[in-house]
Amino acid sequence: MSVERIPPKRREGLLFEKSVAGKRGCDVPLWDGPEPEALSPSYLRGEIPGFPELSEREVVRHFTRLSKLNYANDEGLYPLGSCTMKYNPKVNEKIARLEGFGEAHPLLPPEAAQGCLQVMADLERYLCEITGMDAFTLQPAAGAQGEFTGIKMVRAYHESRGNPRQVVLIPDSAHGTNPASAHLCGYRVEQIASDERGCVHLGFLKERMRDDVAVLMLTNPNTLGVFEPEIGEICRVLHQGGGLVYLDGANLNAFVGVARPGDMGVDVMHSNLHKTFSTPHGGGGPGSGPVGVKDTLARFLPVPRVIRDEKGWRLSADFPESIGKVHSFFGNFGMHARAVAYILANGAQGLREIAESAVLNANYLRKRLEGVYHLPYTSPSLHEVIFSDKYLEKHGVKTLDVAKRLMDYGFHPPTIYFPLIVKGALMIEPTESEGIEDLDAFVDAMLRIAEEAAEDPEVVRSAPHTTPVGRLDEAAAARRPVLRWNTDPEKSRPD
Amino acid sequence: MRYIPSSPAERRKLLQVLGLDSIDRLFDTIPEAFRLKRPLDLPPALPEADLVQHLSELSRKNLDPHSSAQFLGAGAYRHFIPAIVDHLISRAEFYSSYTPYQPEFSQGTLQSIFEFQTMICQLTGMDAANASLYDGASALAEGILLAHRAKRRQEILIAGFVHPEYLKVVRTLVTTLGIELKMIPAGESGACDVDRVAGQLTGQTAAVVIQMPNFVGRLEDIAPLAQAAHRAGAVCIVVVNEAVSLGMLEAPGNLGADVVLGEAQSFGVPLSYGGPYLGFMGVRMEYVRELPGRLVGQAKDAQGRDGYVLTLATREQHIRREKATSNICTNQGLCMLAATIFMATLGKQGMRELALQNRSRTEYAKAALIKIPGCKLPYPGPGFNEFVLELPKEAIAVHRQLLGKGIVAGLPLERYFPERKNDLLITVTETNSRNQIDRLAKELKGAL
Repeated sequence: MSVERIPPKRREGLLFEKSVAGKRGCDVPLWDGPEPEALSPSYLRGEIPGFPELSEREVVRHFTRLSKLNYANDEGLYPLGSCTMKYNPKVNEKIARLEGFGEAHPLLPPEAAQGCLQVMADLERYLCEITGMDAFTLQPAAGAQGEFTGIKMVRAYHESRGNPRQVVLIPDSAHGTNPASAHLCGYRVEQIASDERGCVHLGFLKERMRDDVAVLMLTNPNTLGVFEPEIGEICRVLHQGGGLVYLDGANLNAFVGVARPGDMGVDVMHSNLHKTFSTPHGGGGPGSGPVGVKDTLARFLPVPRVIRDEKGWRLSADFPESIGKVHSFFGNFGMHARAVAYILANGAQGLREIAESAVLNANYLRKRLEGVYHLPYTSPSLHEVIFSDKYLEKHGVKTLDVAKRLMDYGFHPPTIYFPLIVKGALMIEPTESEGIEDLDAFVDAMLRIAEEAAEDPEVVRSAPHTTPVGRLDEAAAARRPVLRWNTDPEKSRPD
Repeated sequence: MRYIPSSPAERRKLLQVLGLDSIDRLFDTIPEAFRLKRPLDLPPALPEADLVQHLSELSRKNLDPHSSAQFLGAGAYRHFIPAIVDHLISRAEFYSSYTPYQPEFSQGTLQSIFEFQTMICQLTGMDAANASLYDGASALAEGILLAHRAKRRQEILIAGFVHPEYLKVVRTLVTTLGIELKMIPAGESGACDVDRVAGQLTGQTAAVVIQMPNFVGRLEDIAPLAQAAHRAGAVCIVVVNEAVSLGMLEAPGNLGADVVLGEAQSFGVPLSYGGPYLGFMGVRMEYVRELPGRLVGQAKDAQGRDGYVLTLATREQHIRREKATSNICTNQGLCMLAATIFMATLGKQGMRELALQNRSRTEYAKAALIKIPGCKLPYPGPGFNEFVLELPKEAIAVHRQLLGKGIVAGLPLERYFPERKNDLLITVTETNSRNQIDRLAKELKGAL
C-alpha cells in the first residue's frame, strides 16, 4: 500500500472566530409571568466578552466537522494497550437515556428512585460475584479515584489497628496513577523492581516486607499483559507481615469468568467500568471505578451505601467507620446503568468468552509480529502484548514513528512508551471486539511498516502524511502555552 | 455472544495458529488453584429486546419525570437541553474515541476542549481553565490542594454556606495531607460574614472558600472577601455549583477571585441520578502550572499548520508519578463536550436570557409561597434560582404529602442540618412553568 500525499483538509475555525454578533442558536422558553425587580448592578455582569454567537445550523456543522478530525473505535481497530477500547454496545446508550433514569434527580426521596437504587444494588451484587469480593462501592468516578478510595480504606483499616503504617509498595511496571493515589493518602511510595519475567520479584518482596508496609498495589495481569503466577504467595507474604493487597483491576477483562481476584487473596480492588464493562471512553471520560473489598474492610466503604429495608431500597450513611464520601452524589450512575446492561446482555458464558477472545486475539497478534518486532519479555501474554522498537533502531526508526505511520494505514496506534520498564514500548491490546480480518489487516500494516523502516525510513520518520495535521511541536507548545482563544493572543500566555 | 465478531470456526483457526488444542490453554499461567471451576452465578444472558424491556421496567420504578413538578436543585439542576447536544455527542467519532494521546488522530476532541477551556475562562473571568474534573465536589478538593501547594500553608477557611456534600468529599480527599478546614458560619442574612472571616485569617491560611450563589441560595459579596484573603496572602476560591448563574452574575474573576471552580452539569448534562457530571476549574495565570488534570494548548506542525495538543504534561501523574499535581488521569470527556455544545448553542444572548429567566421564575415562586400563612423566607436578600422557605411545621412530612400529589417540593434541609426541621430548599428553573409554580403554592397551602 502506498500512501500518497494528499492536500491537507481545510482547517475548522474556532467557534469564536465564526461568531457574528446578533446570531443565536437557541430560544429560551418564554416566561409569561411578571418580571422581578432588577438585582443591584454590583452583582451583574456586562456581556460575556468573546462568547460565541452562532446559529444552530452552524453549531451542528462545526461539531460535525470537528468529529471528522477524530479517529473512532467504531471505525476500526483501536489497540491502545491498557485502555481496552472494546465495542460499546449501542443499546447501552439507549438504556442510560431512558427518561426514568436520565431525569432522576439524585436528591429524590428513595421511594421516588427505586429503579436507580435497584440498578446500583444489582451492579454491586454482580461485581461481587464476578470478582469474588464481598462488597462494592460504585462512588469513584474513575479508576484513579477508585485507587484513592481503596488506599484510603487501607489506611482506615491500619489506623483502626493502631498504626496507619508508612509505605505503599508499587511495582515499577505500574500505572502512574498508583503512586499518585498512594501519595494523596499520605503514604510514601516505594517502587519494587520487576524480575526478568516482568513480574514481582518474590525474593525482594519477602526481604522488604516489614511492619511499615501498609499495602502492595498490584496490577494483575500486569502492564506487560503477564499474569503474576505467584499471586497466592505474594498475598501470603503481605498478610503474614500484617499488610494488605490492593489489586488495580484495570486488566480484569483478561480473566473475567476464568478466575476471581477475591479467591487469590486480594483484599481490595477497583474495576474500570469503561474497560471490562464496555462503557464508552467518550474522548477521555466519564469513567467509573467501583471498588470492591473483603468483609474485613467493608465497614470503611464510602457512604452513602445502598441498603434494603422493609420499605425497599434506600441510601444509608449510618456507617460510622466509613472513610466518607468521594463524589458529589453516588458516582457516575449513567455508567452503572450501562455496565448492568452489558453484564445482563452477556451472562456468565458471554463474560468468559470476552476474556477468551481478548486473550486469543492478543496472542495471535503476538505470534504474527514476533521476530519482526522485538518482544522484550517472553512470558506468556494474556490480553495484551508489549513489543519494543529495538529491531528498528538500526534504521533510525523509533516507536513514535511506527505509531504515527500506523495512522496512514488507517489504524489508531497502540499505547506507546508505557510501561516505563520497556524502552520504546508498543503496547498492543486488540480486545475481544476484533475479528480475524481486522487483526490480519493490522498485522499487514505493522509488517509493512517494518519493511518501510528498512527500505525508506524517511517515510516512516516523517509520518503521518494523511492526517488533518502532521506531527505537532509539543515541546514548543509547552514552552509557551496558549491555553485559550483570545482577541489578543499575548494575553493568553503565562509568561 | 453478539458483541464478539469472531465465529467459533475462526477462533479454532486462531488457536491452531498458536498451536493450542483448547482455549483453556491460554490461561495456563493462572494457577490451577485459582481457576473458577463453575460458571459465574449471574442472570441468564438477555437478548436485546428483553434487556430493554427489563431496564425500562426498572426505570419506570422511579418517579415519572413528566407527570410530576419538581423543584429540586442543591447542586444538580434540571435545565432544558437542546436536541443537538445529544445528537452531536452521540457521534461515534466523539463517544467511541479515547483520550487524545495521538493529536493527529484527535483534533476534534482537542479543539473542542480548547473551546471549552476558553468559554469557562470567559464566563469566570479566569486566565486558564482545565479540560474538566470529575464533579463539583472533587473540583473543590483539587482547588484546595492547589492552594495548599501554591502557598505551602495548611489552613482553609470555609466561608458561610458551601454545599455540604462538597465539604464531605473535601474532608475525605484532603485531610490525610494535614490540611485543616475551618468553618466560618454565615451571618444572619445567610450570606458570609466578611468581618468574621477576616478575623480568622492568619499567616497559615492557604485559601478562603466561598460559594456563589451559596448553598441556601443567597448571593455573596465576593470583592471584600477576596481583598481580605489577599491581604493575608491567601488564595480566594469561588465555588459555583449552578453554572447557569454565570450568565448574569459578574464574573468572579472581576471581583478578585483567584480560582473559580464548580459543577457545570447545568450545561447540557442530564440529571442521571447524580452522575456523570463535570467539574470545572479556572485559575489566574500565576497558578496555571499548579492546575490539576488535562490541559489543551495550541501547537504547530512542521508545515506551520495550527493544531491542538495535550500540554504541560509534566504536572501529571504519568510523568511525575507520586509528585504529580493530582492523581487524575481523565477528564469528563463526553460531559465536557456536551457542555461545550450547550454553551455554543445558547451563545452570548442565550446564556444571559437563561439566567434571567431562572431568576424571574424563582422570584415569582418566592412571592407566591410567602403569601401562604405561616411561611417565611429566613434569608430574604438577593438570590438566583434557589431559596429557603421556612414552613410553620416539619418539612419532611409536608414534602412526603406533596410527593403523593406528584410535586417534589424542593429539599428538606434537615437532610444536612438536623436542627432545620421546618426548612425547604426550593429551586426553580426555566423547566418549571407558571402553572407548576401555582400548583406548588396551592398544594403547599393545602398541606399546612
